[in-house]
Amino acid sequence: MSKGFWDVINTLDRRIIFLILLVCVTLPLLLNVGGEIRPTPPVRRAHAAVASLEAGDVMLVSIDFDATSAPELMPMLRSVLRQAFEKDVRVIMLGHIAIGLPLGHMALEEVAAEYGKEYGVDYVDLGYRPGYIAVMIGMGREIRDFFDSDYQGLQVEDLPVMDGVHSYADIDLLFGFEHGAVIDYWVRYAQARFDQRMAFGTTAVMAPDAYPYLQSNQIEGLVGGLKGAAEYETLIGRPGLGTRGMPAQQWAHLLVIGFILLGNIGYFVTRRNRG
Amino acid sequence: MKRSIPLAITFLTGVFLVISFFVPHEPLGALEQRLLIWFSIVSGFTMLLGVDNLLRTHIRKIGRRNSGWWHSGFLLLGFAATVVLGVLGRIHHGSPFHMQSPFMFVYTYSIVPLQGTMFALLAFFIASASYRAFRARNTVATLLLVSAVIVMLGRIPIGAAISEFFPAAQEWIMDVPQLAAKRGIQIGAALGAVSMSLRIILGIERSYLS
Repeated sequence: MSKGFWDVINTLDRRIIFLILLVCVTLPLLLNVGGEIRPTPPVRRAHAAVASLEAGDVMLVSIDFDATSAPELMPMLRSVLRQAFEKDVRVIMLGHIAIGLPLGHMALEEVAAEYGKEYGVDYVDLGYRPGYIAVMIGMGREIRDFFDSDYQGLQVEDLPVMDGVHSYADIDLLFGFEHGAVIDYWVRYAQARFDQRMAFGTTAVMAPDAYPYLQSNQIEGLVGGLKGAAEYETLIGRPGLGTRGMPAQQWAHLLVIGFILLGNIGYFVTRRNRG
Repeated sequence: MKRSIPLAITFLTGVFLVISFFVPHEPLGALEQRLLIWFSIVSGFTMLLGVDNLLRTHIRKIGRRNSGWWHSGFLLLGFAATVVLGVLGRIHHGSPFHMQSPFMFVYTYSIVPLQGTMFALLAFFIASASYRAFRARNTVATLLLVSAVIVMLGRIPIGAAISEFFPAAQEWIMDVPQLAAKRGIQIGAALGAVSMSLRIILGIERSYLS
């Protein structure tokens, strides 16, 4: 009897597993059964980095992700932009993943409208230029050598937001949103060579790659995954999609833990029964 | 001669860029900036090569009526439609990325959901794999399994509700063993990159010439 049960468990149809996961993700989203979100030190440090900026300071926002990572990175992007615009910080956006940059632009326009900010005066989207390593190094000397116009072809010289902004020396904080290896190059070239202050938001799977930079203080803060986004939303007091998504993530994690335990119990029981 | 000149250009460029990295003053700084701009322009042209390769591959597939050739037809149709909509966006709105342009409509309601869906499927495979493949077969696998459970519990609110141990242990795993392993990998990869760069600059590694 016991053997038969565990045999069934061990050979469970994957479609049943898929169905259980679907329920575990959608139900908490609908019922919003979450828990207390407590900001962790890496996220607090990222928040403090933006909080240290003053009105008129310049924050460079780098969009280095595409739609595959949007559920994790878009909520934190919106939160960082809200915090910056709240403090009247000038925002300059660019990106190294061409297909993802319109996502950043949409978030920028959405949040700028909330705070009544004007394009070209308070914020700008410089767009994409190929060869990101060259762009990163070259920006240390003159940004206009690579971005002489914005994403729609307007001359950068004609945009008041770019007044006096020529290189990293004129940028008070770089905040990158990353789903790949671009973060390594930002640290290697903009931080190590030009001593640029920087903080990052990354997908949960990329966050471990950034921990060495955080511990060495090469980056000032790290917002990792949907949980980091929810923590950042908590810190700025504006719960959004990060906080809203946490219940689904919580129950999905619990389900995976349950699957691991069940799978292992089944494995050991079956092995013992077979001698 | 056909090999010596490219090797000499590679050597001189490599040595110059290494020196200018550490001595960014004039005239090296301005020259380095010039080379970086060239690099960016050349990178742009590599995209054209990618488009050329993509189109050739799929046109060939259609021409030969390979199995699933109609998938290639669909791809070409999508490619052409996206280009046309991009040009229309440029003409009518000044930029294909203007929020009202037809290109952004395709981007928002087609590319974004498709990419998101493809990536979301990963969650189902992870759930299935955690059930079928993640077994405590030996000490190392058990350590990995226990760490994974602690990190997963430590990164959700219910973990802290069960016990303060989980968020604290999760932080420790990320800050100490994970960090040590990651740093080792990064140092190893950096040494490998330095070694390969030296081989290319000195002309020992020549596979890029073929």
